[in-house]
Amino acid sequence: MKEIIWLGRGGQGAFTAAKLLGAAYTIDSDGKYALAFPSFGPERRGAPVRAFTKLDTKPVADRSQTEKADYIVILDDTLYSPQLRELLKEEGSIIVNSKNAIDGVRVFDAEGIATQFRLPTVNTVMFGLLIGLSGVVTQDNAEEAIKGYMPEKIQERNVNALLRAVQEVAE
Amino acid sequence: MSKKFLSGNEAFAEGIRLARPQVISAYPITPQTIVVERLSEMVEDGSLKAEYVHVESEHSAMSCAIGASAAGARAFTATSSQGLLYMAECLYYASGGRFPIVMMNADRSTALPWNIYGDQRDSLSQLDSGWIQSYAENAQEALDLALMSYRIAEDKRVSTPYMANLDGFILTHTYETVDIPEREQADRFLPPYETDNRIDLENPKNMAFSAGPDTNYIFKYKEHEGILASREVIKETEKAFAGIFGREYTGLTENYRTEDAEYIIVTLGSIAGLCRETADKLRESGIKVGVVRIRYMRPFPNEEIAEALKNAKAYAVLEKDISFGNEGTVFTNVNSALKKAGVDVKGYNFIGGLGGRNISAGDIEKIYSDIAEGTDSVNFIGIGGTGNGK
Repeated sequence: MKEIIWLGRGGQGAFTAAKLLGAAYTIDSDGKYALAFPSFGPERRGAPVRAFTKLDTKPVADRSQTEKADYIVILDDTLYSPQLRELLKEEGSIIVNSKNAIDGVRVFDAEGIATQFRLPTVNTVMFGLLIGLSGVVTQDNAEEAIKGYMPEKIQERNVNALLRAVQEVAE
Repeated sequence: MSKKFLSGNEAFAEGIRLARPQVISAYPITPQTIVVERLSEMVEDGSLKAEYVHVESEHSAMSCAIGASAAGARAFTATSSQGLLYMAECLYYASGGRFPIVMMNADRSTALPWNIYGDQRDSLSQLDSGWIQSYAENAQEALDLALMSYRIAEDKRVSTPYMANLDGFILTHTYETVDIPEREQADRFLPPYETDNRIDLENPKNMAFSAGPDTNYIFKYKEHEGILASREVIKETEKAFAGIFGREYTGLTENYRTEDAEYIIVTLGSIAGLCRETADKLRESGIKVGVVRIRYMRPFPNEEIAEALKNAKAYAVLEKDISFGNEGTVFTNVNSALKKAGVDVKGYNFIGGLGGRNISAGDIEKIYSDIAEGTDSVNFIGIGGTGNGK
């Protein structure tokens, strides 16, 4: 099982990214299963939010919060702390949206990419970076998930931002 | 059939759309809100033709559903926690009036301390209200139960309202892949509701009347008979469901690796999946363990549970409930089932997840080892035993 923890602030769309990943993973195959859920509770703009995606080739029966993740994706660098490593598997990695380098962490200026596509949030950019680095889902399936689950008028910009992010990692 | 990535609430709403209720009374409460929101969108976009009534309270939500059912309509409402408690008076009117209303309840803790997270104290406190009570494990089962619920409730042998319980957040707000049946299949499975138990100007009759001491208890006996009859109707309905949709269900309980199990956890709702995974893990090291998942608390699976536990060395009942001053209510029910069947197996009660507290794989493993070694009768996970029988 692959487990991804998403960290963001209320309104940044961390849970949307968690859902898109789950939807993309399961979109064209019967032998694939996913769960996506937020850290439950009242939603408040700006408050720290965690979301979880679990991907497996058998039904995911464990609905508890991930204790050891393959990837931690952080949409806001003020949420990063070195203690987060305790939530990582040995070979796991952390991806952060930041303009500044952080020791031992993959850092990308996701906001810069989002701005190019007139997106107020970085969630689909971070989704694209995760795909580029991990290959957990294909670019095509991610695109299909955005088209299936995001409002029509913002689909194109998000797809383009996602594809740009995948490319960013390839470079 | 189309596949979609949906939450438990959304999946249940899809099932209700396919069931074509004619009246929906709605009062939102976390974590149920998404269900009534989705249904209102479906009514708005015309994909569900129903009268959607915004009511001022849960008491009114159930009263409205009773009125609709008394007019011969298929009625739906949904609630949770304090909302369920607030409508409690009306639950008995619905069951006593034999109105086959379907209600979804998002299982949530009850105040005080105030808390919006999931446990099962709300619905289990209403076991005596005369409603059928199911507990789903995942979003697919939630959707399927939404469809099956009306066929069971409306069966003339049953005529009993149906409460479909989904664990708050852990099931209602978790997204997973769900198969949504075709409209044509659903219509084939669930015909429109027809009843004589309705207001009819051409054929006037007295409904929702009072009954004195001589006859009252006969009505109560008939009510009991109706809910007991659902045992058979649930089986028939699941068989018909499998025939059309290809998904099979196992009646009032679902057993997992219980045949040769020495230690068995009996539980209900979404935690069952983690219990099965833990059982698999322990089996790999040669420990014979199994899981019984209770799918229906009413009618209660007395025979099924006694049969599954009769050869075990010990069992645990894991539940998100406590009847203060005694023990968990599910434990009381399970013990009664064994006593009636003459099964003498040592049982222990584990209370956990109250107010949404996480139950981990480690907690489940510890339950299996505790019951193998022997422990207190009633135990609070992470806190400890409360003494034997104290």
